[in-house]
Amino acid sequence: MDAILDNLDLYRQGFLTTLTLAALSAVLALLLGTLLAAMRVSPVLPLRAAGTAYVEIVRNTPLTVVFFFSVFVLPQIDITLSFFVFAVIALTVYHAAFFCEAVRSGINSVAAGQAEAARSIGLTFGQSLRLVILPQAFRTVIPPIINVVIALIKNTSIAAAFGVLEETGVGEQVANANSDQVIPVLLGVALCYLVITLPAGWLAGALERRVAFSA
Amino acid sequence: MSVTLYDTVGPRGRRRIAVGSAIGILVIAALLGVAATRLASRGAFGAEQWRVLTQADVQRLIGRGLLATLRAAGIAMAFSIVLGALLAVGRLSRRAWVSKPVGAWVQLFRGLPLLLMILFAFLVLPQLGIPVSSLWALVLALTVYNSAVIGEIFRAGILSLPRGQTEAAYAIGLRRGQTLRIVLIPQAVRRMLPALISQLVTLLKDTSLGFVIGYAELLRVGRGAVEFLGGRYSIPIYTAIAVVYIAVNATLSYTARWLDRFTRRRYGRAVQHPLADEAA
Repeated sequence: MDAILDNLDLYRQGFLTTLTLAALSAVLALLLGTLLAAMRVSPVLPLRAAGTAYVEIVRNTPLTVVFFFSVFVLPQIDITLSFFVFAVIALTVYHAAFFCEAVRSGINSVAAGQAEAARSIGLTFGQSLRLVILPQAFRTVIPPIINVVIALIKNTSIAAAFGVLEETGVGEQVANANSDQVIPVLLGVALCYLVITLPAGWLAGALERRVAFSA
Repeated sequence: MSVTLYDTVGPRGRRRIAVGSAIGILVIAALLGVAATRLASRGAFGAEQWRVLTQADVQRLIGRGLLATLRAAGIAMAFSIVLGALLAVGRLSRRAWVSKPVGAWVQLFRGLPLLLMILFAFLVLPQLGIPVSSLWALVLALTVYNSAVIGEIFRAGILSLPRGQTEAAYAIGLRRGQTLRIVLIPQAVRRMLPALISQLVTLLKDTSLGFVIGYAELLRVGRGAVEFLGGRYSIPIYTAIAVVYIAVNATLSYTARWLDRFTRRRYGRAVQHPLADEAA
């Protein structure tokens, strides 16, 4: 227990770093993911193909490999940034593919009659997407998006292996310095994640049930 | 579905799509071009660097790494499926003293980062006097995490069956265990296969975390090769490793999609991946 109390400040900083990392990556990945989803449903073939290729490649690549490209390959072409920024890039690139699929499945969940009605009153592709489809898709899309965000928060831990001192990195450091108290030190780290992921999971579940009833 | 978003286009629409396609191609080509010139100006396409992949040593190294990855993934997959099935049955139990703790267990381990569990297994078990190799620490953590997720997939599969199936089974006098075993599970298995396989892809990707605790899987082996040969070989070697992962996973994913089409035709719609934990 002492190890946690002595390093409470470090824990707090690690927790804040985890939150910043997750928030920044989530916002960027959601933007990129929505753009990719729009590309994947558009009538323009090259955009569709590019979106599909992106998702298929990224989805089948381990996040750790994406981190490797970000941290070790970017410096090879003279792009040198801090480890934190590299981590944001890797997390954004990876999770955008999953946000894209969440948004796309939301678009597909809107009943076909809605799109047909929008077209029959003369709305264009952009208008029917913006005014009719997306507002409805938004509702069904929230639970899967929360689930991807939960996964993203857990995945920020991988940044620990690449020199970012977030929560898991702090835990590893404190555990190495206090090898007699590894169990409480790591349980403390676990608690920090559960405080976020458990309530978020319940929220997603509750929203999912509400959407299921009202749909 | 996306076809319903727009009509079959007339001449004006076709022109607009052609313009859009041209612009789209130009933008994508420009992005790729910028990346390519940037890479080329740093000598990333030098034939000498890429020739490293033709060396027998490097190929053998990557092959060994792939085998280690598949070994860890294979063992963890087998354990996760068995344990996941037990967790699903436990969580569906009508005895609260079984279903409540199992539910808590599942939620707890779904909510934790896998990397933390790997570190826990690797650092804590030896302290408790249980010697554990990096392979088994990795397998243990992968199993604990993925069995929780797979258990939820199984449960969603069973719950997705129409109530009439259970009622009919009870009506002909089957007990609860028999109902599960004879009626529900055989039908549910087919429905959850696609979700199960996509989770197995995730598991395979996650074996790459083994590099943190020094397990010599694909990624660790590649890192070792780059450290030995020099940083200028990082692009060819990491690209080769990414391609190996993508090839293995895409094969699994395509199997999943094929199964989905096949089973949907015969046994009704497959269940959605309940957690979208695919991203994890």
